[in-house]
Amino acid sequence: MCMVRKIYAALALMNIYVLTLSSQTSDRDSIKESMNMDAVYDRPFLTFDKFPVNLGGYLEANSIYSIEDGLSEGLSFQARRLTLFVSASISKRIKFLTELEFENGTEEIAIEFASMDIALHPLLNLRGGIVLNPIGSFNQNHDGPKWEFVERPDVSTNLLPATFSNAGFGIYGKAYKEAWTLGYEAYLTNGFDTSIIDKEGERTFLASVKENSSRFEENFSGNALLNGKLAIKHRKLGELGISYMGGAYNRKEVDGLQVDTQSGRVDVLALDLNTAIKKTGTRFIGEMAYIWVDVPDTFTQQFGDRQVGFFVDIVQPVLKTEVLDWENAVLNLSLRTDYVDYNIGRFAQTNTNVGDDLFAITPAISFRPAPQTVLRINYRYQWQQDILNNPASRTATWYFGFSTYF
Amino acid sequence: MSKIIHFFIGLSLIALFGCENLGPEEPMEFELLDGPLDGLSLSEQQLFLAGDIAFNDDVFTVEKGLGPLFVGTSCASCHSGDGKGHPFNQLIRFGNNDLNLPSMLSFGDGRNQIQNKAIPGFEPETVPEGFPFSILVAPAVTGLGLLDAVPDANILALADPSDANQDGISGRPHYNIPPEFTKIRNNSVPQGNNYIFRFGKKAGSYDLLHQSVSAYNQDIGITSLYDPIDPFSGLEEDLEISTQTLNDVVFYLKTLKAPIPRNQTDPDVIAGKELFESVQCAVCHTPTLTTGFSPIESLSFKEFHPYSDLLLHDGRASSIEEAIELHGGEADNSKAQYLSLTPKEKSQLIKFINSL
Repeated sequence: MCMVRKIYAALALMNIYVLTLSSQTSDRDSIKESMNMDAVYDRPFLTFDKFPVNLGGYLEANSIYSIEDGLSEGLSFQARRLTLFVSASISKRIKFLTELEFENGTEEIAIEFASMDIALHPLLNLRGGIVLNPIGSFNQNHDGPKWEFVERPDVSTNLLPATFSNAGFGIYGKAYKEAWTLGYEAYLTNGFDTSIIDKEGERTFLASVKENSSRFEENFSGNALLNGKLAIKHRKLGELGISYMGGAYNRKEVDGLQVDTQSGRVDVLALDLNTAIKKTGTRFIGEMAYIWVDVPDTFTQQFGDRQVGFFVDIVQPVLKTEVLDWENAVLNLSLRTDYVDYNIGRFAQTNTNVGDDLFAITPAISFRPAPQTVLRINYRYQWQQDILNNPASRTATWYFGFSTYF
Repeated sequence: MSKIIHFFIGLSLIALFGCENLGPEEPMEFELLDGPLDGLSLSEQQLFLAGDIAFNDDVFTVEKGLGPLFVGTSCASCHSGDGKGHPFNQLIRFGNNDLNLPSMLSFGDGRNQIQNKAIPGFEPETVPEGFPFSILVAPAVTGLGLLDAVPDANILALADPSDANQDGISGRPHYNIPPEFTKIRNNSVPQGNNYIFRFGKKAGSYDLLHQSVSAYNQDIGITSLYDPIDPFSGLEEDLEISTQTLNDVVFYLKTLKAPIPRNQTDPDVIAGKELFESVQCAVCHTPTLTTGFSPIESLSFKEFHPYSDLLLHDGRASSIEEAIELHGGEADNSKAQYLSLTPKEKSQLIKFINSL
């Protein structure tokens, strides 16, 4: 209970802070200065006259051809995602949005987002339901058509559990000062479970929590996951965000009986950056995450107690012209760098470095006949080292595909 | 406009037809341990593949029966890439060299290997206080099918229990009673109910099924039809691995190729090989063995070079030099000869061993 009180106290302090800021702000609509936190609403929707519901969605599909250490499984075609959005303005200051996703056909069907928002003030909005945890930037801003790459960043999918959503409640808001915008989000949601260190991948894997379908119904640990983000944006310089989420992942007691001796915590700190050089149109998008997990000393070192990773995308438009009937077609050259260390540390017995890391570069060419649609050719070259630091396994992968809003 | 279309079409064609040339090349065969024997039939290759998946990809979680006490979470976690283990997944076995104590120390169920890891909420085992113990790492699992197919008679031909040739090495096979689920080899030469054991640390297992059943049970805490007793509770439990999977793993282990020696034309390796003979390492570490008949044709009547004594290589040493220096007993003479070599000769000998 003490922990819950502290969390509520922290949220109350945050409220006071933002309300103080509000005296310096204009009364502009918070959506006008779009930030990463607005990504769920910053999408194209189909609207109908006098019909209060808007519809949208996106589809992405691709071909994939991989060669790992000289061996290939051949060519495959993937229908990765079909996502549907429905939003509605229920009444003044109350809105609703949901996102349903079908991955790989019907292999995984998920409600990624379903929330009701109540706007009290630009600085104070309430949100509840199934929310996307604001950790890093990709988790909230993950729509395929926004990216020049077929694969999602490794740090966002193999370290952080993108797309990670949970049942919970929280607040968010923005404040403005000239060219600056400050945004914040704070939520209490259900959290992780012990599957994060009990996984067939033989490594600490936060994303395994997504397989627990009852996480929308019951919080495994019984302790809320605290998730908060602070982001600052300058109209010319770009956006920088710092986010944190943390909480228990195990339970010490079941039906009043002690079943574990120690509380296991997960703590995640993430930084994200989104900027552009106006003169050249070059965009830089990046995210870095550092994870701490309490792994019992008596468990295997295969499961790391610290993980780190980052990705950086550089996107350079090289041609903007009219093609066929597309008036603003754009051709981009891009490069992504991925790095993930699944297990930071040294072996207790030998004091040598624990391996289990991944590095990849992905040059890409993308063609956008319209802003909502992207055709992509990616070539990814990956080096992956096992836990014992044996020579890296090398994988080259070709992708050709598209992603489009509809 | 047409430039973009042509560019995109051209690039797509390059991607489609040029991708083979932009992928990483296959490593040299001698760099890998995880390939099958040459000449497996199509059906044998399918069985090999099924075993490969079970051995390398099946990871046991709490839900799948891991532990609650264990050493590793999968076969591959101790035998990474089918090679030797690493000290982080070490095995710890205890014994007794105190004549005032009972001669055979073990837990109540006969085990003398501790399970030094535990799932959350459980405490791992520790070595009983005051008793000596050995820290071991898992051996490589390559070429075991060839060793399995060596007739007893060929092993007995190497034995010299009374040191009749007076080379200081007696050499005796390890006879014991195989568990009921094992299938006795056709060419066995028993002593009463006792048969030659040839796998595991100190040749503690009769065959690869026996070894696999024990490893699943004692290293991962997985119960099977052949050993349904959970080492933690001491009680019979539901099966946590199917008999089919066990058979697949055994077939995989039988048909993994032996490592391919490297740098065989290197003068230092050639000189090291001669030193290996001259300091009498080869008296115990038999350079060449021949298999008998096997229903797997690739294993039948094959000559191979295990450099094995079927007894040692217990993995206590962290380097080859340390392994040589840990030799004792009948190997004292060879160790002394090694220690009297010049630094260059020692280096050549170790280069030869590394080439294997």
